[in-house]
Amino acid sequence: MSQTIELRVNGANRPVDVEAAESLLNVLRDVRHLTGAKYGCGEGQCGACTVLIDGRATRSCITSVGDCQGKSITTIEGLEQDGNLHPLQTAFIECDAMQCGYCTPGMIMSGVALLERNPDPTAEDVTRSLGGNICRCGTYARIVQAVCQAAAARKGGGR
Amino acid sequence: MTRGEFSVFGFQFSAGEAQEDERATGTASGAVEESDSVAPDLALDGLDEPERYELHEAPRYQFQLDRRDVLKTIGGGIVVFLVLRDSPAQAQRGRGLGGRGNVPQELAAWLHVDEEGTIEVYCGKTEIGQNVRTSLSQAVTEELRVPMESVRMVLADTDLVPFDAGTFGSRSTPAMLPQIRRVGAAAREMLIDLAAEALEVGRSTLTAADGIVRHSASGRSLTYAELARDKKLTKTVAANVALTPPAQWKVIGKPALKVNARDIVTGRHQYSSDVIRPGMLHGKVLRPPSMNAKLVSADVEKARSMDGVSVVRDGEFVGVAAPSQHAAEQALDAIGAEWTSPRESSVATLYDDLKIEGGGGRGGFGGRGGQNTGSIDDGLAAADHKLSATYTIAYIAHTPLEPRAAVAEWNDGKLTVWTGTQRPFGVRGDLAQAFGIGQERVRVIVPDTGSGYGGKHTGEAAIEAARLAKSAGKPVKLVWSREEEFTWAYFRPAGVIEVNAGVRNDGTITAWEFHNYNSGGSAIEAPYRVANVRTATHNSRSPLRQGSYRALASTANVFARECHIDDLAHAANIDPLEFRLKNLRDAGVRAVVEAAAKKFGWGDSKPPADHGYGIAGGTEKGSCVATCAEVAIDRADGTVRVVRLVTAFECGAVVNPLHLENQVEGAVMMGLGGALFEHIEYTDGVITNARLSDYRVPRFSDLPKLETVLLDRKDLPSAGAGETPIVAVAPAIGNAIFNAVGVRLCSLPMVPEGLKV
Repeated sequence: MSQTIELRVNGANRPVDVEAAESLLNVLRDVRHLTGAKYGCGEGQCGACTVLIDGRATRSCITSVGDCQGKSITTIEGLEQDGNLHPLQTAFIECDAMQCGYCTPGMIMSGVALLERNPDPTAEDVTRSLGGNICRCGTYARIVQAVCQAAAARKGGGR
Repeated sequence: MTRGEFSVFGFQFSAGEAQEDERATGTASGAVEESDSVAPDLALDGLDEPERYELHEAPRYQFQLDRRDVLKTIGGGIVVFLVLRDSPAQAQRGRGLGGRGNVPQELAAWLHVDEEGTIEVYCGKTEIGQNVRTSLSQAVTEELRVPMESVRMVLADTDLVPFDAGTFGSRSTPAMLPQIRRVGAAAREMLIDLAAEALEVGRSTLTAADGIVRHSASGRSLTYAELARDKKLTKTVAANVALTPPAQWKVIGKPALKVNARDIVTGRHQYSSDVIRPGMLHGKVLRPPSMNAKLVSADVEKARSMDGVSVVRDGEFVGVAAPSQHAAEQALDAIGAEWTSPRESSVATLYDDLKIEGGGGRGGFGGRGGQNTGSIDDGLAAADHKLSATYTIAYIAHTPLEPRAAVAEWNDGKLTVWTGTQRPFGVRGDLAQAFGIGQERVRVIVPDTGSGYGGKHTGEAAIEAARLAKSAGKPVKLVWSREEEFTWAYFRPAGVIEVNAGVRNDGTITAWEFHNYNSGGSAIEAPYRVANVRTATHNSRSPLRQGSYRALASTANVFARECHIDDLAHAANIDPLEFRLKNLRDAGVRAVVEAAAKKFGWGDSKPPADHGYGIAGGTEKGSCVATCAEVAIDRADGTVRVVRLVTAFECGAVVNPLHLENQVEGAVMMGLGGALFEHIEYTDGVITNARLSDYRVPRFSDLPKLETVLLDRKDLPSAGAGETPIVAVAPAIGNAIFNAVGVRLCSLPMVPEGLKV
């Protein structure tokens, strides 16, 4: 049975007519056409689908859309503001912290959540905090470097 | 279809609409034709490269892009076509891929300077994370003397780009990069000619830089946009265009960031699985309960009665298309199917199964290989120590993070498919064949793809989505689930390797006998001096569907060889590095072994307790790699932790040191998974660890300290780099484990359950 759910994504409220059991990932991608969050495993094991729900990094593939009513969802598309990239997006580019890039949105969202919680993470903090995200291309070392570089940039006055 | 054979995947759909009647009865017709349809005269005999199984599914014909059509579609400006004529690469491709030897001219790439000065370069390579889009952009930028931002690479759209056999075998850099440079250089010379004419000066007085041709004597200049304006010029050039020598490179050889990185970090880039078309439905396909199960009956009535659901029952193919993924899943669940399951194999007997020879023929993975020098018996008789061992290699899954995906759309009998594949033209051929239409009615577009590692040479999802779209009359998106990707894609071949060797106390290797069953012949020739050598590959009937994987069988062969070499060194009581340097005949491997050992500090100190050091090296696809490893063993819980990996890599002249280092690190991380824990389990024809919670891939927690040494050889042509850096990881780790605890592990993966010592 489909129902109307008020979904607040990247600051914009919009009702969607979906079944409450549908995954948030499918609704974001197929209904809202926000395809930045990716399907990788469907069981919360790879992190490619990571979005922020009320600031917390969340696996959207195992989150029912019905549970998201009234909550604030941020996807990778919502990070750039007025043409300015989030410092972590910039750091990913500068550190070449990607190859195929399919894991990148999920990595960045997990990294953003970490930086909000811990503005000055060590490499071990990053490794632990992003431990549930898979980069099959194996760019882990560069991703750690990017998160640390973004932390330094934010201390220097970035977002 | 025998699973081990790598034929055109899946289905030959029945012609016309006859299947509609069958569907209504809900029973299988049993008349499905196996599309075992690689043209017989394409059996690739004795090609020395690439590996024959990489080319197995060659398209039947190649239709050349009509150059007149190109001119019609692009409007004004300047176009340069690069054709290959009588070049070795062309001759080989003609022989191997359906050209039947007589393609007079083969278009390799073409370049368009439009009237705004934008440069578009068209070529058939696919971007799968190896950063070929960036390296080819560098090549254009270098030769055409333009800012990198003004270059746009149009890749892998079969309606727009010249035929290309596929992106595999580390061929893009050695083969395509020089061609792209040539087309860029030819365009630059053409622009200089135009400027000389316009300015009425000698062309030797002109220089091209930053997209501008300048006459320094007069201070006059013309931009490329000005030169291209109101023109409609074309030029066809052959392969003999002069290129900028390495000493003068300003862009090639320097670090360049990923050209579309901003699209990636903003989520704006659309992978195949992100493509959305108007009115698009979502597809799901009914899968058999085990590898070789056959469909007996399928009751699709309930599914068909569901709102907005389209059901296809076409021979063995049963699938649904629905307005949402959720609805598609529900419709699929509503189908009642009966299957017959033959007796199927299990992983428990895998290595015995592979030793049953003669199952090969087409689809066998013997590949090349076969040295036979001297006498093994004489060599063993002359040895102080004789060592034999059997090494086993598990099936592993590529596990690209983007599973197979496609969006298919029919318009007026013409099919367009967006899909992630390393062989766009091959998939075009497969689609044309599956639907019995001409290739000119099929367009395959490959958006930059969520990785491949050799695992996306096929077009399964494309064919399935196209079949569903045909019946639904609407575009259909089909994204394989992770379980489907683990089960119905193909695996890196498993293998059994038997080595028998002899060594004298002075470190001379007297005999070397090496047999590979099933996994292939890549890098099977040892880079060491040995008087008596026999190497051979043996075809097997693989229980599971298998295909290319990053570096092919090199990983298996280098693992067995470098572990065995280590044991020979140990038997002769000689340091493993010293032993290798004494016996290496390959100067390239020697250089990287020395470089890796130096960076690692080999011999500087003894490893701490329960730590070990290991080294290994090898060569493949024109490049050389050596890896040094440090491991730490926790004797209490059996954990093997890789502490440090130092890799030295040489692939000729470096094109982009930033991306090269990234590739090396990535290959090393991927190799670590296959070395330690990755393996496919199956019982009675069912993959039993087809999920990321069950199949372990390397994660952040596995990340060792990575150090990379790049040997930049400007005097050598650039070789590919996406594959070879993986090959020495497993033996270096295995040798380090041996060094730490004295246990020789002969199976890949080495410690799926930890190490009991």
